[in-house]
Amino acid sequence: MDSITKEKHIPKYINPYFGGVLLGILILFTFYITGRGLGASGAIKSAVVTTVDKVAPTHTESHTFYSKFISRDNSPMSSWLVFESIGVLLGGLLSGALFGRIKKLRVEHSPKITKKTRLIAAAIGGILFGFGSQFGRGCTSGAALSGTASSSFGGLIVMLFLFGTGYAVAYFFRKLWI
Amino acid sequence: MGPLIPLGQISSGWDFIIALIIGIAFGFILEASGFSSSRNITGVFYGYNFVVLRFFFTAVIVAMIGLEYFDYMGWIDLNMIYILPTYLSPMIVGAIIMGVGFIIGGFCPGTSYTAIAIGKLDAIVFTLGLFLGIFIFSEIFPYIEDFYYSGNMGNITISEVLGISNKLFTFIFVIIAVIAFYVTWLIEKKVRKTINPYKFE
Repeated sequence: MDSITKEKHIPKYINPYFGGVLLGILILFTFYITGRGLGASGAIKSAVVTTVDKVAPTHTESHTFYSKFISRDNSPMSSWLVFESIGVLLGGLLSGALFGRIKKLRVEHSPKITKKTRLIAAAIGGILFGFGSQFGRGCTSGAALSGTASSSFGGLIVMLFLFGTGYAVAYFFRKLWI
Repeated sequence: MGPLIPLGQISSGWDFIIALIIGIAFGFILEASGFSSSRNITGVFYGYNFVVLRFFFTAVIVAMIGLEYFDYMGWIDLNMIYILPTYLSPMIVGAIIMGVGFIIGGFCPGTSYTAIAIGKLDAIVFTLGLFLGIFIFSEIFPYIEDFYYSGNMGNITISEVLGISNKLFTFIFVIIAVIAFYVTWLIEKKVRKTINPYKFE
């Protein structure tokens, strides 16, 4: 394919280095204002804890994991990360609208696989990522990105092993992507 | 002097409004940089698109140098900054599981939120998966609790482990990043010659 037809397929994303500088400044100001970094998986954890607490309150009260996040004064949903994650969704909407990327519901997948395969893979990937994020004390945002930026040793470990594993197993899942 | 909220410079009543604004900025930057597309993200693992590495390393460098600079200028008390605690073995295992989930699912939690925003059904399914994964973890927690708390090193920093100053580590990290930027640029050029350009949706 020549370069002109190639161009057509590349959407208007901002330069990744420029995006990185913006994100770095955002992380810096987040630390400056709140003393903590960004996060993402924590909001889902709050949703899980809230849901289980609504369905089976006696179960959560005696449970060694759920009980850590439940107080009788505040709902687990009134947490910093829940509000921040709602913001992430809104920010995505804003950027998507600005760059004309908001379209009807669709599935993005490699031409080598079907929609169904992609959705099954997305579900499995999500389950693994959610499970792993609890052992990791955070995901790519909270542990790898904000953790490393604030010089946490654990953050660096998560970053190295998360991306390292990605490279180690990428070959076996190449059909999903290329 | 910062951090503003922990030191009481801003009332904690502003917490959630600030969280929302910071989240909006985070989501905007992620989406605008192309992370609402899973095939754009996973390019980093196949050599055809290193935007993740460029974006991620640049952000870490800017934040690290910024924190050092704020500290140098006396604008921030680094002792008041939250250092994510290190539980060595569970964090390694968690990161490995996340790495596999990343390759199979194509998103990480933050990026999946922005992909939902622009209408990706696969991102909705991924996020439901996150919910299920955390639910399974929580339910079996009593059986894995000992491992979860193992390898506790406390709120230890990278420089404390390596025995070098924070400033020196920041410097080394910058050097590594610049080399990585150059090498991956070379790899990308090579791989793109042999791979069909793919269509973003």
